[in-house]
Amino acid sequence: MKKKRNLKKILRSWQLYVLLLPAAVWIIVFAYYPMYGLLIAFKDFKIREGIISSPWAEPLFKHFAQFFQTSIAVTAIKNTVVLSLLSLFITFPIPIIFALLLNQVKNGKIRKAVQTISYAPYFLSSVIIISIISLLFSTEGLINNIITSLGGKAIFFTSLAEWFRPLYIGSGIWQSMGFNAVIYIAALLSISPDYYEAATLDGASIFQKIKYIEIPLLMPTIILMLILTVGNIMNVGYEKAYLMQNGTNTMVSELISTYVYKAGLQSAQYSFATAVGLFNSVVNFIILLLSNAIAKRFSDISIF
Amino acid sequence: MKKGILNNDRFFRYGVYALLILISIIILYPLYYVLIASVTDPAVVGSGKMLLFPKELYLEGYRQMVKYTPLWRGYMNTVLQTVIGTTIAIGITIPAGYALSRRDLPGRRKIMFLFTFTMFFNGGLIPMYLTVRKVGIYDSIWGVILPVALSVYNLIVCRSFFESSLPEELLDAAKIDGCSDFGYFFWIGIPLAKTIIAVLCLFYATGFWNQFFYPLMFLGSEDKMPLQVVIRNLILLNQSKAASSIGRSAIEGAKMAQQLKYCVVVASAAPLLAVYPFLQKYFARGITIGAVKG
Repeated sequence: MKKKRNLKKILRSWQLYVLLLPAAVWIIVFAYYPMYGLLIAFKDFKIREGIISSPWAEPLFKHFAQFFQTSIAVTAIKNTVVLSLLSLFITFPIPIIFALLLNQVKNGKIRKAVQTISYAPYFLSSVIIISIISLLFSTEGLINNIITSLGGKAIFFTSLAEWFRPLYIGSGIWQSMGFNAVIYIAALLSISPDYYEAATLDGASIFQKIKYIEIPLLMPTIILMLILTVGNIMNVGYEKAYLMQNGTNTMVSELISTYVYKAGLQSAQYSFATAVGLFNSVVNFIILLLSNAIAKRFSDISIF
Repeated sequence: MKKGILNNDRFFRYGVYALLILISIIILYPLYYVLIASVTDPAVVGSGKMLLFPKELYLEGYRQMVKYTPLWRGYMNTVLQTVIGTTIAIGITIPAGYALSRRDLPGRRKIMFLFTFTMFFNGGLIPMYLTVRKVGIYDSIWGVILPVALSVYNLIVCRSFFESSLPEELLDAAKIDGCSDFGYFFWIGIPLAKTIIAVLCLFYATGFWNQFFYPLMFLGSEDKMPLQVVIRNLILLNQSKAASSIGRSAIEGAKMAQQLKYCVVVASAAPLLAVYPFLQKYFARGITIGAVKG
Protein backbone atom coordinates (compact mmCIF):
# COMPACT_ATOMS: atom_id res chain seq x y z
CA MET A 1 0.00 0.00 0.00
CA LYS A 2 2.70 2.42 1.09
CA LYS A 3 4.89 1.45 -1.81
CA LYS A 4 2.09 2.16 -4.22
CA ARG A 5 1.59 5.60 -2.76
CA ASN A 6 5.32 6.33 -3.04
CA LEU A 7 5.33 5.26 -6.64
CA LYS A 8 2.43 7.55 -7.33
CA LYS A 9 4.28 10.43 -5.71
CA ILE A 10 7.35 9.73 -7.80
CA LEU A 11 5.32 9.56 -10.99
CA ARG A 12 3.60 12.80 -10.14
CA SER A 13 6.98 14.52 -9.77
CA TRP A 14 8.29 13.33 -13.12
CA GLN A 15 8.84 16.87 -14.32
CA LEU A 16 11.18 17.56 -11.43
CA TYR A 17 13.19 14.46 -12.32
CA VAL A 18 13.43 15.70 -15.89
CA LEU A 19 14.94 18.94 -14.58
CA LEU A 20 17.37 16.88 -12.55
CA LEU A 21 18.28 14.55 -15.40
CA PRO A 22 21.24 16.41 -17.00
CA ALA A 23 22.93 16.78 -13.63
CA ALA A 24 22.26 13.13 -12.81
CA VAL A 25 23.79 11.99 -16.10
CA TRP A 26 26.78 14.20 -15.45
CA ILE A 27 27.39 12.88 -11.96
CA ILE A 28 27.20 9.30 -13.15
CA VAL A 29 29.58 9.81 -16.05
CA PHE A 30 32.07 12.25 -14.56
CA ALA A 31 31.98 11.43 -10.85
CA TYR A 32 30.81 7.85 -10.29
CA TYR A 33 32.25 6.24 -13.38
CA PRO A 34 35.75 7.56 -12.46
CA MET A 35 35.21 6.12 -8.98
CA TYR A 36 34.54 2.77 -10.59
CA GLY A 37 37.76 3.40 -12.50
CA LEU A 38 39.60 3.34 -9.18
CA LEU A 39 39.45 -0.45 -9.53
CA ILE A 40 42.51 -0.27 -11.75
CA ALA A 41 44.56 0.55 -8.67
CA PHE A 42 44.12 -3.16 -7.89
CA LYS A 43 44.68 -4.38 -11.42
CA ASP A 44 47.42 -4.46 -14.02
CA PHE A 45 45.52 -2.12 -16.25
CA LYS A 46 46.08 -2.03 -19.97
CA ILE A 47 44.21 0.56 -22.00
CA ARG A 48 43.40 -1.91 -24.76
CA GLU A 49 41.83 -4.46 -22.44
CA GLY A 50 39.73 -2.01 -20.48
CA ILE A 51 38.91 -1.96 -16.79
CA ILE A 52 37.01 -5.26 -16.59
CA SER A 53 39.27 -7.50 -18.62
CA SER A 54 42.59 -6.29 -17.27
CA PRO A 55 44.03 -8.90 -14.88
CA TRP A 56 44.00 -8.37 -11.11
CA ALA A 57 47.28 -7.29 -9.63
CA GLU A 58 49.15 -9.93 -7.72
CA PRO A 59 49.27 -9.37 -4.86
CA LEU A 60 46.25 -7.11 -4.83
CA PHE A 61 48.06 -4.22 -3.18
CA LYS A 62 51.09 -4.51 -5.41
CA HIS A 63 50.94 -0.93 -6.67
CA PHE A 64 50.49 0.51 -3.21
CA ALA A 65 53.45 -1.51 -1.95
CA GLN A 66 55.47 -0.35 -4.93
CA PHE A 67 54.73 3.27 -4.07
CA PHE A 68 55.93 2.88 -0.51
CA GLN A 69 59.13 1.30 -1.72
CA THR A 70 60.07 4.30 -3.82
CA SER A 71 62.16 6.98 -2.20
CA ILE A 72 59.84 9.59 -3.64
CA ALA A 73 56.91 8.31 -1.55
CA VAL A 74 58.25 9.60 1.74
CA THR A 75 59.24 12.91 0.16
CA ALA A 76 55.88 13.41 -1.55
CA ILE A 77 53.85 12.50 1.53
CA LYS A 78 55.96 14.70 3.74
CA ASN A 79 55.79 17.64 1.33
CA THR A 80 52.03 17.31 0.99
CA VAL A 81 51.49 17.18 4.75
CA VAL A 82 53.89 20.02 5.50
CA LEU A 83 52.43 22.27 2.83
CA SER A 84 48.85 21.55 3.97
CA LEU A 85 49.62 22.13 7.62
CA LEU A 86 51.42 25.38 6.83
CA SER A 87 48.44 26.47 4.73
CA LEU A 88 46.08 25.53 7.52
CA PHE A 89 47.91 27.33 10.31
CA ILE A 90 49.03 30.39 8.39
CA THR A 91 46.42 30.84 5.67
CA PHE A 92 43.26 29.91 7.54
CA PRO A 93 43.19 32.60 10.28
CA ILE A 94 44.05 35.51 7.99
CA PRO A 95 40.63 36.00 6.32
CA ILE A 96 39.07 36.00 9.80
CA ILE A 97 41.37 38.78 10.95
CA PHE A 98 40.76 40.68 7.73
CA ALA A 99 36.99 40.39 8.20
CA LEU A 100 37.25 41.65 11.79
CA LEU A 101 39.34 44.61 10.65
CA LEU A 102 37.03 45.45 7.79
CA ASN A 103 34.03 45.22 10.07
CA GLN A 104 35.42 48.18 12.03
CA VAL A 105 35.12 50.43 8.98
CA LYS A 106 31.73 52.07 9.23
CA ASN A 107 32.12 54.24 6.12
CA GLY A 108 30.29 52.28 3.41
CA LYS A 109 32.34 53.56 0.49
CA ILE A 110 35.74 52.82 1.97
CA ARG A 111 34.52 49.45 3.14
CA LYS A 112 33.28 48.52 -0.29
CA ALA A 113 36.43 49.76 -1.99
CA VAL A 114 38.72 47.74 0.26
CA GLN A 115 36.55 44.67 -0.14
CA THR A 116 36.47 44.97 -3.93
CA ILE A 117 40.25 45.30 -4.02
CA SER A 118 40.64 42.30 -1.78
CA TYR A 119 38.82 39.89 -4.11
CA ALA A 120 40.69 40.92 -7.26
CA PRO A 121 43.44 38.26 -7.14
CA TYR A 122 40.87 35.51 -6.65
CA PHE A 123 39.90 35.79 -10.30
CA LEU A 124 43.42 35.21 -11.58
CA SER A 125 44.49 31.77 -12.74
CA SER A 126 47.31 29.78 -11.15
CA VAL A 127 49.28 30.32 -14.34
CA ILE A 128 48.96 34.08 -13.99
CA ILE A 129 49.77 34.02 -10.27
CA ILE A 130 52.92 31.99 -10.84
CA SER A 131 53.82 34.17 -13.82
CA ILE A 132 53.53 37.26 -11.67
CA ILE A 133 55.71 35.60 -9.04
CA SER A 134 58.29 34.69 -11.64
CA LEU A 135 58.29 38.25 -12.99
CA LEU A 136 58.49 39.99 -9.60
CA PHE A 137 60.89 37.58 -7.91
CA SER A 138 63.28 36.80 -10.78
CA THR A 139 66.87 37.97 -10.50
CA GLU A 140 66.06 41.09 -12.50
CA GLY A 141 62.57 41.49 -11.04
CA LEU A 142 61.17 44.12 -8.72
CA ILE A 143 62.03 42.46 -5.41
CA ASN A 144 65.64 41.76 -6.28
CA ASN A 145 66.00 45.29 -7.65
CA ILE A 146 64.93 46.60 -4.27
CA ILE A 147 67.24 44.20 -2.44
CA THR A 148 70.26 45.14 -4.57
CA SER A 149 69.54 48.86 -4.39
CA LEU A 150 69.56 48.54 -0.61
CA GLY A 151 72.99 46.99 -0.91
CA GLY A 152 71.93 43.37 -0.56
CA LYS A 153 72.68 40.43 -2.81
CA ALA A 154 70.11 39.15 -5.30
CA ILE A 155 68.32 35.99 -4.15
CA PHE A 156 67.23 33.24 -6.53
CA PHE A 157 63.71 33.10 -5.09
CA THR A 158 62.11 31.09 -7.86
CA SER A 159 64.70 28.34 -8.01
CA LEU A 160 65.85 27.93 -4.42
CA ALA A 161 64.13 25.10 -2.59
CA GLU A 162 63.82 27.03 0.68
CA TRP A 163 61.77 29.74 -1.02
CA PHE A 164 59.21 27.39 -2.51
CA ARG A 165 56.99 27.18 0.58
CA PRO A 166 57.04 30.87 1.49
CA LEU A 167 56.15 31.81 -2.09
CA TYR A 168 53.47 29.12 -2.29
CA ILE A 169 51.83 30.09 1.01
CA GLY A 170 52.32 33.83 0.51
CA SER A 171 50.75 33.86 -2.93
CA GLY A 172 47.90 31.70 -1.60
CA ILE A 173 47.13 34.25 1.08
CA TRP A 174 47.43 37.09 -1.41
CA GLN A 175 45.04 35.38 -3.77
CA SER A 176 42.32 34.06 -1.50
CA MET A 177 42.22 36.22 1.62
CA GLY A 178 39.52 38.59 0.37
CA PHE A 179 37.35 35.90 -1.09
CA ASN A 180 37.54 33.65 1.93
CA ALA A 181 36.67 36.59 4.15
CA VAL A 182 33.29 37.10 2.48
CA ILE A 183 31.56 34.53 4.61
CA TYR A 184 32.95 35.93 7.87
CA ILE A 185 32.03 39.44 6.83
CA ALA A 186 28.46 38.31 6.23
CA ALA A 187 28.36 36.56 9.60
CA LEU A 188 29.64 39.71 11.34
CA LEU A 189 26.99 41.83 9.64
CA SER A 190 24.29 39.62 11.06
CA ILE A 191 25.29 40.24 14.68
CA SER A 192 22.48 42.06 16.45
CA PRO A 193 23.24 45.69 17.39
CA ASP A 194 21.84 44.97 20.87
CA TYR A 195 25.07 43.25 21.86
CA TYR A 196 27.12 46.28 20.91
CA GLU A 197 24.78 48.67 22.69
CA ALA A 198 24.90 46.66 25.87
CA ALA A 199 28.70 46.48 25.65
CA THR A 200 28.98 50.22 25.06
CA LEU A 201 26.84 50.89 28.13
CA ASP A 202 29.25 48.74 30.11
CA GLY A 203 32.11 50.84 28.77
CA ALA A 204 33.72 48.17 26.63
CA SER A 205 36.47 49.17 24.22
CA ILE A 206 36.38 48.21 20.54
CA PHE A 207 38.99 45.57 21.19
CA GLN A 208 36.89 44.08 23.96
CA LYS A 209 33.85 44.03 21.72
CA ILE A 210 35.82 42.08 19.15
CA LYS A 211 37.13 39.69 21.76
CA TYR A 212 33.94 39.10 23.72
CA ILE A 213 31.20 39.56 21.12
CA GLU A 214 32.45 39.14 17.58
CA ILE A 215 34.88 36.25 17.91
CA PRO A 216 32.52 34.08 19.99
CA LEU A 217 29.66 34.73 17.58
CA LEU A 218 31.89 33.94 14.61
CA MET A 219 32.89 30.60 16.14
CA PRO A 220 30.23 28.44 14.44
CA THR A 221 31.23 29.81 11.02
CA ILE A 222 34.90 29.38 11.82
CA ILE A 223 34.40 25.76 12.87
CA LEU A 224 32.35 24.99 9.76
CA MET A 225 35.03 26.46 7.52
CA LEU A 226 37.70 24.64 9.49
CA ILE A 227 36.02 21.26 8.90
CA LEU A 228 35.76 22.01 5.19
CA THR A 229 39.40 23.11 5.05
CA VAL A 230 40.67 20.15 7.03
CA GLY A 231 38.50 17.89 4.87
CA ASN A 232 40.45 19.02 1.86
CA ILE A 233 43.79 19.01 3.54
CA MET A 234 45.48 16.47 1.28
CA ASN A 235 44.17 18.19 -1.84
CA VAL A 236 46.60 21.09 -1.77
CA GLY A 237 46.56 23.01 -5.02
CA TYR A 238 48.72 20.83 -7.21
CA GLU A 239 48.33 23.13 -10.18
CA LYS A 240 50.37 25.81 -8.46
CA ALA A 241 52.95 23.38 -7.14
CA TYR A 242 53.33 21.85 -10.59
CA LEU A 243 53.77 25.25 -12.19
CA MET A 244 56.35 26.31 -9.60
CA GLN A 245 58.35 23.13 -9.96
CA ASN A 246 61.81 23.21 -11.42
CA GLY A 247 64.88 21.02 -11.30
CA THR A 248 66.19 22.54 -8.10
CA ASN A 249 63.11 22.55 -5.88
CA THR A 250 61.47 19.17 -6.48
CA MET A 251 62.66 17.91 -3.10
CA VAL A 252 60.10 20.25 -1.50
CA SER A 253 57.67 20.88 -4.37
CA GLU A 254 56.91 17.27 -5.32
CA LEU A 255 53.47 16.54 -3.88
CA ILE A 256 51.51 13.30 -4.03
CA SER A 257 49.26 14.86 -6.65
CA THR A 258 52.03 16.18 -8.88
CA TYR A 259 53.66 12.78 -8.64
CA VAL A 260 50.41 11.10 -9.69
CA TYR A 261 50.32 13.30 -12.78
CA LYS A 262 53.87 12.53 -13.73
CA ALA A 263 53.72 8.81 -13.06
CA GLY A 264 50.31 8.41 -14.64
CA LEU A 265 50.22 10.62 -17.65
CA GLN A 266 53.81 11.36 -18.46
CA SER A 267 55.03 7.81 -18.05
CA ALA A 268 51.71 5.97 -18.54
CA GLN A 269 51.84 3.86 -15.34
CA TYR A 270 48.07 4.08 -14.98
CA SER A 271 47.50 1.48 -12.27
CA PHE A 272 50.40 2.66 -10.17
CA ALA A 273 49.41 6.34 -10.37
CA THR A 274 45.78 5.51 -9.59
CA ALA A 275 46.90 3.61 -6.50
CA VAL A 276 48.92 6.60 -5.33
CA GLY A 277 45.98 8.92 -5.95
CA LEU A 278 43.60 6.57 -4.16
CA PHE A 279 45.87 6.43 -1.16
CA ASN A 280 45.77 10.23 -1.06
CA SER A 281 41.96 10.38 -1.36
CA VAL A 282 41.39 7.77 1.32
CA VAL A 283 43.68 9.48 3.80
CA ASN A 284 41.95 12.75 3.02
CA PHE A 285 38.51 11.25 3.49
CA ILE A 286 39.44 9.70 6.83
CA ILE A 287 40.73 13.06 8.04
CA LEU A 288 37.47 14.67 6.96
CA LEU A 289 35.36 12.14 8.86
CA LEU A 290 37.53 12.52 11.94
CA SER A 291 37.41 16.30 11.96
CA ASN A 292 33.68 16.20 11.37
CA ALA A 293 33.21 13.81 14.27
CA ILE A 294 35.38 15.86 16.59
CA ALA A 295 33.56 19.07 15.70
CA LYS A 296 30.20 17.37 16.21
CA ARG A 297 31.23 16.12 19.61
CA PHE A 298 32.50 19.43 20.93
CA SER A 299 30.37 22.00 19.20
CA ASP A 300 27.30 20.41 17.61
CA ILE A 301 28.45 21.69 14.23
CA SER A 302 28.99 19.25 11.42
CA ILE A 303 28.64 18.94 7.69
CA PHE A 304 27.15 15.46 7.70
CA MET B 1 40.19 47.56 34.04
CA LYS B 2 40.97 48.80 30.57
CA LYS B 3 44.65 49.06 30.03
CA GLY B 4 47.05 48.93 27.20
CA ILE B 5 47.06 50.41 23.76
CA LEU B 6 44.66 47.83 22.35
CA ASN B 7 41.89 49.17 24.54
CA ASN B 8 42.41 52.76 23.47
CA ASP B 9 39.68 53.08 20.88
CA ARG B 10 41.30 55.93 19.02
CA PHE B 11 44.61 54.18 18.58
CA PHE B 12 42.86 50.96 17.82
CA ARG B 13 40.91 52.57 15.03
CA TYR B 14 44.04 54.19 13.57
CA GLY B 15 45.72 50.82 13.67
CA VAL B 16 42.81 49.21 11.84
CA TYR B 17 42.86 51.81 9.08
CA ALA B 18 46.63 51.62 8.74
CA LEU B 19 46.50 47.84 8.38
CA LEU B 20 43.69 47.96 5.84
CA ILE B 21 45.57 50.51 3.74
CA LEU B 22 48.66 48.32 3.91
CA ILE B 23 46.67 45.24 2.88
CA SER B 24 45.11 47.08 -0.04
CA ILE B 25 48.52 48.21 -1.25
CA ILE B 26 49.97 44.72 -0.97
CA ILE B 27 47.11 43.34 -3.01
CA LEU B 28 47.00 46.02 -5.67
CA TYR B 29 50.63 46.91 -6.15
CA PRO B 30 51.83 43.71 -7.88
CA LEU B 31 48.96 44.00 -10.37
CA TYR B 32 49.67 47.68 -10.91
CA TYR B 33 53.38 46.99 -11.31
CA VAL B 34 52.74 44.41 -14.01
CA LEU B 35 50.51 46.90 -15.79
CA ILE B 36 53.02 49.75 -15.81
CA ALA B 37 55.88 47.37 -16.67
CA SER B 38 53.95 46.33 -19.74
CA VAL B 39 54.19 49.85 -21.19
CA THR B 40 57.64 50.86 -19.95
CA ASP B 41 60.99 50.35 -21.61
CA PRO B 42 62.20 46.93 -20.34
CA ALA B 43 65.65 48.37 -19.70
CA VAL B 44 64.14 50.83 -17.21
CA VAL B 45 62.04 48.08 -15.61
CA GLY B 46 65.08 45.85 -15.28
CA SER B 47 67.12 48.60 -13.67
CA GLY B 48 64.54 49.00 -10.92
CA LYS B 49 63.96 52.69 -11.60
CA MET B 50 60.28 52.27 -12.32
CA LEU B 51 58.25 51.95 -9.15
CA LEU B 52 55.20 54.17 -9.19
CA PHE B 53 54.63 55.50 -12.69
CA PRO B 54 55.37 54.23 -16.18
CA LYS B 55 58.56 55.73 -17.52
CA GLU B 56 59.83 55.90 -21.09
CA LEU B 57 56.70 54.67 -22.80
CA TYR B 58 57.51 51.65 -24.92
CA LEU B 59 54.74 49.70 -26.60
CA GLU B 60 56.79 47.24 -28.61
CA GLY B 61 55.63 44.42 -26.32
CA TYR B 62 52.00 44.93 -27.22
CA ARG B 63 52.88 45.25 -30.91
CA GLN B 64 54.74 41.97 -30.68
CA MET B 65 51.84 40.40 -28.81
CA VAL B 66 49.32 41.38 -31.47
CA LYS B 67 51.48 39.66 -34.07
CA TYR B 68 52.00 36.48 -32.06
CA THR B 69 49.40 34.12 -33.52
CA PRO B 70 49.58 31.22 -31.00
CA LEU B 71 48.47 33.63 -28.32
CA TRP B 72 45.41 34.74 -30.26
CA ARG B 73 44.54 31.22 -31.15
CA GLY B 74 44.73 30.46 -27.43
CA TYR B 75 42.56 33.47 -26.71
CA MET B 76 39.96 32.34 -29.22
CA ASN B 77 39.96 28.82 -27.77
CA THR B 78 39.54 30.18 -24.26
CA VAL B 79 36.68 32.48 -25.24
CA LEU B 80 34.95 29.61 -27.01
CA GLN B 81 35.46 27.19 -24.11
CA THR B 82 34.27 29.79 -21.62
CA VAL B 83 31.13 30.75 -23.52
CA ILE B 84 30.04 27.22 -24.43
CA GLY B 85 31.13 25.80 -21.08
CA THR B 86 29.34 28.41 -19.00
CA THR B 87 26.15 28.06 -21.03
CA ILE B 88 26.10 24.29 -20.57
CA ALA B 89 27.01 24.53 -16.90
CA ILE B 90 24.18 26.98 -16.23
CA GLY B 91 21.81 24.79 -18.22
CA ILE B 92 22.65 21.84 -15.98
CA THR B 93 22.95 23.60 -12.63
CA ILE B 94 19.86 25.83 -12.54
CA PRO B 95 17.20 23.17 -13.27
CA ALA B 96 18.89 20.66 -10.97
CA GLY B 97 19.28 23.26 -8.24
CA TYR B 98 15.59 24.06 -8.53
CA ALA B 99 14.48 20.42 -8.45
CA LEU B 100 16.62 19.74 -5.38
CA SER B 101 15.22 22.80 -3.63
CA ARG B 102 11.72 21.28 -3.74
CA ARG B 103 10.97 19.72 -0.37
CA ASP B 104 8.32 17.51 -1.96
CA LEU B 105 10.82 15.87 -4.34
CA PRO B 106 10.72 12.17 -3.46
CA GLY B 107 14.17 10.91 -2.46
CA ARG B 108 15.55 14.41 -2.14
CA ARG B 109 17.91 13.69 0.76
CA LYS B 110 19.35 10.58 -0.83
CA ILE B 111 19.91 12.29 -4.17
CA MET B 112 21.51 15.24 -2.41
CA PHE B 113 23.86 12.89 -0.60
CA LEU B 114 24.94 11.31 -3.89
CA PHE B 115 25.91 14.75 -5.13
CA THR B 116 27.56 15.99 -1.94
CA PHE B 117 29.60 12.82 -1.51
CA THR B 118 31.49 13.54 -4.72
CA MET B 119 32.76 16.80 -3.24
CA PHE B 120 34.75 14.88 -0.67
CA PHE B 121 35.70 11.77 -2.53
CA ASN B 122 36.44 11.35 -6.20
CA GLY B 123 38.17 9.10 -8.65
CA GLY B 124 41.11 11.39 -9.12
CA LEU B 125 43.30 12.28 -12.02
CA ILE B 126 43.94 9.02 -13.85
CA PRO B 127 40.39 7.57 -13.71
CA MET B 128 39.15 10.95 -14.96
CA TYR B 129 41.60 10.81 -17.82
CA LEU B 130 40.46 7.28 -18.71
CA THR B 131 36.82 8.41 -18.53
CA VAL B 132 37.49 11.26 -20.94
CA ARG B 133 39.10 8.81 -23.36
CA LYS B 134 36.32 6.28 -22.93
CA VAL B 135 33.57 8.83 -23.58
CA GLY B 136 35.40 9.77 -26.75
CA ILE B 137 35.95 13.44 -26.04
CA TYR B 138 39.73 13.33 -25.68
CA ASP B 139 41.45 16.06 -27.68
CA SER B 140 38.23 17.90 -28.42
CA ILE B 141 36.75 21.02 -26.88
CA TRP B 142 34.24 18.78 -25.04
CA GLY B 143 37.11 17.11 -23.25
CA VAL B 144 37.83 20.29 -21.34
CA ILE B 145 34.19 21.39 -20.96
CA LEU B 146 32.15 18.35 -19.95
CA PRO B 147 34.33 17.07 -17.07
CA VAL B 148 33.84 20.44 -15.33
CA ALA B 149 30.34 21.24 -16.61
CA LEU B 150 28.91 20.88 -13.12
CA SER B 151 30.33 21.97 -9.82
CA VAL B 152 28.53 20.39 -6.90
CA TYR B 153 29.44 23.35 -4.77
CA ASN B 154 27.66 25.66 -7.21
CA LEU B 155 24.73 23.28 -7.29
CA ILE B 156 24.38 23.56 -3.52
CA VAL B 157 24.60 27.34 -3.71
CA CYS B 158 21.87 27.31 -6.34
CA ARG B 159 19.62 24.95 -4.38
CA SER B 160 19.96 27.08 -1.24
CA PHE B 161 19.11 30.16 -3.25
CA PHE B 162 15.85 28.68 -4.49
CA GLU B 163 15.02 27.36 -1.04
CA SER B 164 15.35 30.78 0.50
CA SER B 165 13.83 32.88 -2.27
CA LEU B 166 10.78 30.90 -3.36
CA PRO B 167 8.21 30.71 -0.55
CA GLU B 168 6.29 27.46 -0.36
CA GLU B 169 2.95 29.27 -0.24
CA LEU B 170 3.66 30.56 -3.73
CA LEU B 171 4.06 27.02 -5.01
CA ASP B 172 0.88 25.90 -3.28
CA ALA B 173 -1.06 28.78 -4.77
CA ALA B 174 0.32 28.11 -8.24
CA LYS B 175 -0.56 24.42 -7.93
CA ILE B 176 -4.14 25.23 -7.05
CA ASP B 177 -4.25 27.31 -10.23
CA GLY B 178 -3.15 24.20 -12.13
CA CYS B 179 0.45 25.20 -12.72
CA SER B 180 2.76 22.31 -13.62
CA ASP B 181 6.28 21.89 -12.21
CA PHE B 182 7.75 22.93 -15.54
CA GLY B 183 5.50 25.95 -15.70
CA TYR B 184 6.38 27.00 -12.17
CA PHE B 185 10.12 26.61 -12.84
CA PHE B 186 10.09 28.51 -16.13
CA TRP B 187 7.60 31.25 -15.33
CA ILE B 188 8.25 31.90 -11.65
CA GLY B 189 11.55 30.23 -10.73
CA ILE B 190 13.81 31.50 -13.51
CA PRO B 191 12.64 35.14 -13.48
CA LEU B 192 13.37 35.25 -9.75
CA ALA B 193 16.74 33.60 -10.19
CA LYS B 194 18.56 36.41 -11.97
CA THR B 195 20.90 36.96 -9.03
CA ILE B 196 21.95 33.35 -8.78
CA ILE B 197 22.34 33.06 -12.55
CA ALA B 198 24.68 36.06 -12.50
CA VAL B 199 26.72 34.60 -9.63
CA LEU B 200 27.01 31.18 -11.21
CA CYS B 201 27.95 32.67 -14.58
CA LEU B 202 30.79 34.51 -12.90
CA PHE B 203 31.99 31.42 -10.99
CA TYR B 204 31.78 29.08 -13.94
CA ALA B 205 33.21 31.57 -16.42
CA THR B 206 36.17 32.23 -14.13
CA GLY B 207 36.72 28.49 -13.84
CA PHE B 208 36.65 27.93 -17.59
CA TRP B 209 38.75 30.99 -18.35
CA ASN B 210 41.44 29.91 -15.90
CA GLN B 211 41.54 26.21 -16.75
CA PHE B 212 45.05 24.92 -17.13
CA PHE B 213 45.50 21.34 -15.98
CA TYR B 214 42.61 19.63 -17.74
CA PRO B 215 43.45 21.17 -21.14
CA LEU B 216 47.05 20.09 -20.61
CA MET B 217 45.87 16.54 -19.91
CA PHE B 218 42.82 16.16 -22.12
CA LEU B 219 43.90 18.01 -25.25
CA GLY B 220 46.58 16.54 -27.46
CA SER B 221 46.93 19.08 -30.20
CA GLU B 222 48.76 22.34 -29.79
CA ASP B 223 46.22 24.36 -31.77
CA LYS B 224 43.37 23.58 -29.35
CA MET B 225 45.21 24.75 -26.26
CA PRO B 226 43.60 27.62 -24.33
CA LEU B 227 45.23 30.85 -23.27
CA GLN B 228 46.55 29.58 -19.92
CA VAL B 229 48.62 26.85 -21.54
CA VAL B 230 50.00 29.29 -24.12
CA ILE B 231 50.89 31.73 -21.35
CA ARG B 232 52.57 29.02 -19.34
CA ASN B 233 54.70 28.13 -22.34
CA LEU B 234 55.56 31.76 -23.02
CA ILE B 235 56.40 32.85 -19.51
CA LEU B 236 57.32 29.86 -17.43
CA LEU B 237 58.90 27.75 -20.14
CA ASN B 238 60.43 30.89 -21.59
CA GLN B 239 59.20 30.51 -25.13
CA SER B 240 58.88 34.27 -25.25
CA LYS B 241 62.53 34.39 -26.23
CA ALA B 242 61.90 32.43 -29.37
CA ALA B 243 58.72 34.37 -30.06
CA SER B 244 60.39 37.74 -29.94
CA SER B 245 63.82 37.12 -31.34
CA ILE B 246 62.68 36.72 -34.93
CA GLY B 247 64.33 39.44 -36.98
CA ARG B 248 66.01 41.05 -33.98
CA SER B 249 69.44 41.17 -32.45
CA ALA B 250 69.99 38.97 -29.39
CA ILE B 251 69.88 41.89 -26.94
CA GLU B 252 66.86 43.46 -28.53
CA GLY B 253 65.18 40.03 -28.53
CA ALA B 254 65.83 39.38 -24.85
CA LYS B 255 64.53 42.84 -23.97
CA MET B 256 61.36 42.22 -25.96
CA ALA B 257 60.91 38.79 -24.46
CA GLN B 258 60.80 40.26 -20.97
CA GLN B 259 58.24 42.92 -21.85
CA LEU B 260 56.10 40.50 -23.81
CA LYS B 261 55.64 38.54 -20.56
CA TYR B 262 54.15 41.52 -18.77
CA CYS B 263 51.87 42.29 -21.72
CA VAL B 264 50.57 38.74 -21.84
CA VAL B 265 49.72 38.72 -18.14
CA VAL B 266 47.76 41.94 -18.61
CA ALA B 267 45.91 40.60 -21.64
CA SER B 268 44.86 37.46 -19.81
CA ALA B 269 43.87 38.99 -16.48
CA ALA B 270 42.15 42.12 -17.82
CA PRO B 271 38.78 40.68 -18.91
CA LEU B 272 37.98 39.08 -15.54
CA LEU B 273 39.31 41.99 -13.51
CA ALA B 274 37.18 44.34 -15.60
CA VAL B 275 33.99 42.37 -15.06
CA TYR B 276 33.99 41.18 -11.45
CA PRO B 277 33.50 44.55 -9.69
CA PHE B 278 30.11 44.86 -11.36
CA LEU B 279 29.01 41.44 -10.21
CA GLN B 280 30.44 41.50 -6.73
CA LYS B 281 27.29 42.48 -4.90
CA TYR B 282 25.72 39.37 -6.33
CA PHE B 283 28.49 36.95 -5.63
CA ALA B 284 28.94 38.00 -2.02
CA ARG B 285 25.32 36.96 -1.62
CA GLY B 286 25.87 33.78 -3.55
CA ILE B 287 28.73 32.59 -1.39
CA THR B 288 26.92 33.45 1.79
CA ILE B 289 23.78 31.53 0.91
CA GLY B 290 25.76 28.53 -0.25
CA ALA B 291 28.03 28.31 2.72
CA VAL B 292 25.49 28.98 5.42
CA LYS B 293 22.99 26.44 4.28
CA GLY B 294 25.31 24.00 2.51
